[in-house]
Amino acid sequence: MMKYVIIGNGPAAVSCIDGIRSVDKNSSINVISKEAHPAYFRPLISYYLEGKSKAENIYCRDEDFYEKNGCETVIGEATALDQDNKTVTLKSGDSIVYDKLCICTGSSPFVPPMKGLETVENQYTFLTIDDSFAIEKAITKDSRVLIIGAGLIGLKCAEGLRDRVQSVTVCDLAPRVLSSILDDECAAIVQKHLEDCGISFSLSDTAERFEGNLAFMKNGGAIPFDVLVPALGVRPNIGFFKEAGGECGRAIVVDNAMQTSIENVYAAGDCVEQYDISFGEKRIMALLPNANIGGYTAGVNMAGGETSFDNAVPMNSIGFWGLHMMTAGTYANDGGARMIEEKGENFVKRFFIKDNKLIGFIIIGDVKSAGIYTNLVRNQTDLSELDFDSLIKNPNLLPFSEKNRRKTLGGVV
Amino acid sequence: MKRVYVHEEWCLGCHLCEYNCAFANSGLSDMVKALKNQKITPRIHVEEGGKIHYAVSCRHCEDPMCIKGCISGAMTKDKDGTVTINHDKCVGCLSCMLLCPYGCITTDENETVLKCELCLKNSCGAPACVQGCPNRAIVYEEAEV
Repeated sequence: MMKYVIIGNGPAAVSCIDGIRSVDKNSSINVISKEAHPAYFRPLISYYLEGKSKAENIYCRDEDFYEKNGCETVIGEATALDQDNKTVTLKSGDSIVYDKLCICTGSSPFVPPMKGLETVENQYTFLTIDDSFAIEKAITKDSRVLIIGAGLIGLKCAEGLRDRVQSVTVCDLAPRVLSSILDDECAAIVQKHLEDCGISFSLSDTAERFEGNLAFMKNGGAIPFDVLVPALGVRPNIGFFKEAGGECGRAIVVDNAMQTSIENVYAAGDCVEQYDISFGEKRIMALLPNANIGGYTAGVNMAGGETSFDNAVPMNSIGFWGLHMMTAGTYANDGGARMIEEKGENFVKRFFIKDNKLIGFIIIGDVKSAGIYTNLVRNQTDLSELDFDSLIKNPNLLPFSEKNRRKTLGGVV
Repeated sequence: MKRVYVHEEWCLGCHLCEYNCAFANSGLSDMVKALKNQKITPRIHVEEGGKIHYAVSCRHCEDPMCIKGCISGAMTKDKDGTVTINHDKCVGCLSCMLLCPYGCITTDENETVLKCELCLKNSCGAPACVQGCPNRAIVYEEAEV
């Protein structure tokens, strides 16, 4: 019998449990959870505020999942890892012994020091469902909300709050919205749409100093607010692993089996960096599909099975009030990629091609059947084997060979 | 499990499967009311070019990417292997559309995510596209593995 321990209790953790149980039905599994909730889908916290997700519908698995899978959940936070004695120490002082360990600790909001921040009474980061509950309590119909950070978290928060408050203003030191996933031109389209939907922006500008409910901006202005949401980014929760001597870059480094540099220790989800086949280097790809696949892969391997997650790429689908955008892979003009663009009145598609392979894309608006493109990126398909020009206009299976279609549509995939 | 399989060589490109799908999922008993002057949003679609035609609908994959990417738990596989969507949970992020390798996820005019659920949830009880295919180009059977 093995003793499995999982630190963290999000999508990667429950997928890890599924992976373990696909191989080993009997050994014990301990789950160490920082939050006093069963695993839930973190992206739903903004949909909860918006009223699209009910609080009881955010959970990753059925209520009896942990019991059915023989898991014991401990509420606590890991503070130390002893690789020689194979123990994890918790903040409470308790320690737990493992044979195989998986670290799925995710990330935490990063709030840099800002002058006078301590004078702001109503300030909330936005990463947990408890943050949503707290923000919900703090706002009224008359609230003016200031969000610092125009990334995914900040903008999703803006969407969730718009109809419940008087105004939402988003500031960001970057000159564009969603600067980590969009280029200038695409970001401008999204920003215009968000402005049309009632969100105000103050870009290339950020709050430098606070006096109570007044933010003094870098560019000289001042913005009054009732509720402040710092959404400047996240940092992976890897302190105890790093202190134990485990290899980290910006996050825990894992191989395709999701194994870390420490024997018997695996990791998955937002706290890892792994090889991105579209980029050709290891990097953080803190996105739900990767957490699910990585967690499951770790679980199978921990239990003695053999599987690998060897085609990780970033993949993102996000929409704001009817405008959808999808991105996958690597899509900057650096690194010698060639861009092919297809544009229409209501859409932009940008494809990035390198060594005759699609390494990434950005699509805004016409996102129909975009998975066909994602599949080309994940499979590193040689584009000379198909008519990519026709795919750009119309993603469908026609440009693939009849043999390929017979396999796909006439068989089990 | 029984799945829908498509034989490209028999497809006439008549698009009847699309109409039968839209009717079966309309909840109406009158085909004229369901389809006449309506913009239909079937869960199966015919792709064609030159002399090639074939229908595409959810493959009910063994290891579905749409489920791996679903941010709300709306997309699940039931114990028989059918991939279904729970609209009470779906938030319309379209991650499933980004991840389906075959282009089988679609939306209607209200942005509701639609996919083939083998007509097991509607009154048809078995795939309407198959029942109505005039040349048996679409079949519903156990896999010939």
